[in-house]
Amino acid sequence: MTPERMLAPMLSLRDVNTHIAQYHILHGVDFEVPRGSLTMLLGRNGAGKTTCLRTIMGLWHASAGSIRVDGRDITRAETPDVAQLGVAYVPENMGIFAGLTVRENLLLAARAAEPDAKRLDWIFGLFPAIKTFWNALAGNLSGGQKQMLAIARAIVEPRKLLLVDEPTKGLAPAIIGNMVEAFKELKRTETTILVVEQNFNFARSLGDLVAVMDSGHIVHTGGMDALAADAALQTRLLGFSLDAHQ
Amino acid sequence: MLARVLSGDFPRSRALAVALVVILVGLALAPFIVPGTRSLTVAAKVCVFVLLVASYDLLLGYTGIVSFAHTMFFGIGGYGVGIAMARMDSTWGALAIGVLVSLALSAVIALAIGLLSLRVRAIFFAMITLAVAAFFQILASQLSGITGGEDGINFKLPEALRPATSFFEATFFGVAVNGRLVSYYLVFAVALAFFLVLLRVVNSPFGRVLLSIRENEFRSEALGYRTVTYRTVANCLGALGATVAGILYAIWLRYTGPDTTLSFNIMIDILLMVVIGGMGTMYGSVIGATLFVVAQNYLQDLMKFASNAAQGVPLLPNLLHPDRWLLWLGLLFIVCVYYFPAGIVGKLRAAKEKP
Repeated sequence: MTPERMLAPMLSLRDVNTHIAQYHILHGVDFEVPRGSLTMLLGRNGAGKTTCLRTIMGLWHASAGSIRVDGRDITRAETPDVAQLGVAYVPENMGIFAGLTVRENLLLAARAAEPDAKRLDWIFGLFPAIKTFWNALAGNLSGGQKQMLAIARAIVEPRKLLLVDEPTKGLAPAIIGNMVEAFKELKRTETTILVVEQNFNFARSLGDLVAVMDSGHIVHTGGMDALAADAALQTRLLGFSLDAHQ
Repeated sequence: MLARVLSGDFPRSRALAVALVVILVGLALAPFIVPGTRSLTVAAKVCVFVLLVASYDLLLGYTGIVSFAHTMFFGIGGYGVGIAMARMDSTWGALAIGVLVSLALSAVIALAIGLLSLRVRAIFFAMITLAVAAFFQILASQLSGITGGEDGINFKLPEALRPATSFFEATFFGVAVNGRLVSYYLVFAVALAFFLVLLRVVNSPFGRVLLSIRENEFRSEALGYRTVTYRTVANCLGALGATVAGILYAIWLRYTGPDTTLSFNIMIDILLMVVIGGMGTMYGSVIGATLFVVAQNYLQDLMKFASNAAQGVPLLPNLLHPDRWLLWLGLLFIVCVYYFPAGIVGKLRAAKEKP
């Protein structure tokens, strides 16, 4: 890899616009996710966060602007091409295959005949439930276990970029604690991660960087620590302050 | 060894395993157990329909593709052999040409249908296949100079497969070793081999992707799979399975015609067999086809027996009159679908998995 490419962000969005039917959802979205960082994409409901992830994945195509992953333009790429480039996506509703077993879900994501044994052991360490329910139907898992499976599936092979949509949605606090530990372990592997999140405590405990969306625009980018420390900024951007909730 | 033959896909239910072994042994020894012409025809039809239904299960049960063109591919197999044997001499060469041409034609049509229409929503794909199948049925009826029209085609098989050909003077366990016996075992062996190939396909990484497409196409794409390619390949494999079944049926009957291969009634029968047996299980095709074909052929006899036995009881002999067999067949299916919504195989496996 050339030094220029190493310094270049893993993901960059430039003036990205997305229309869904007659609705204009993303209005010139601009932000970058540096290599090896965990960036949080925050914002109120309906701000366009999920649309942003889906546009990166090619599930909806940008009507204008450009999206680059690892220096490669993927603006017009089809979803399978984006995935084959090394982008893994964990959708909001977990996106597991309920009618298949836990093992089959992971094998599908590995694409090769069998996943690497060392990698699998590492995943079992992160999410012990995956090993326990290896041959169980994924549809029979609890909500937290399904979310673990969805993330395990995304990381069963090393990926360049991991896109995760609201990993804590509907999970009990104890499970969220496990999830935080798993993401910390993932961060240690220097995987580049972009997480859409509503749970600000979760975002604060993991995020290196933050981008905040409102009405289809990026209204703030910067360090997570700076936002976590500034109650007024939180209120202005997110409609609440962390201090007021504690 | 058994795991390799079954591609690691065991019945996972003792009752199901017993039923499958009984059916397999029954079909393997049918010429010796039930040597009559009618019984052997029923056994051969079971073999053909197991393959036909299994190939449809690959589409409907494993990939979630609703196609109404399966009988068209069944017909292409039958007509391919029929036309080749009737137009050329009755040799193995002509049979081979008929087989190869029908397989190639089916593959090309399935590929074209797949590439042109698998991108559209499921309901539109189903409508397209319905239209193509109806067109093919009309074509077979109108091109009577080639296809024999509504009468179909009677043809002669190579000498080794003709019923009149006797290989030995003596009988083997009381059964004459003739072309009929060879034809039956040809049908049985090819159907069994193709069934095992389909079992291998659904238990391969390719089959796993098909299951994921059935579950959620967008999620499969997000994992990097080009779903249109996979669905098109599945469509081609399903079509080839149906074509082989059509070839075998034509060989067994020494006849092909619209009613035996292209009829929409056969398409409905296939759907019922898949649903009754259990979608997405492969073994469901064995159970569904066997039950359906046996019921179709012997329910009337059973009802005649029951009707006679119930003489003197008011109303019952009339209800059980053999002429009402379709009513009882319909009721039987309603009961099956009501009590086995996941099919018989699904129900048996679920019972086994309960703690």
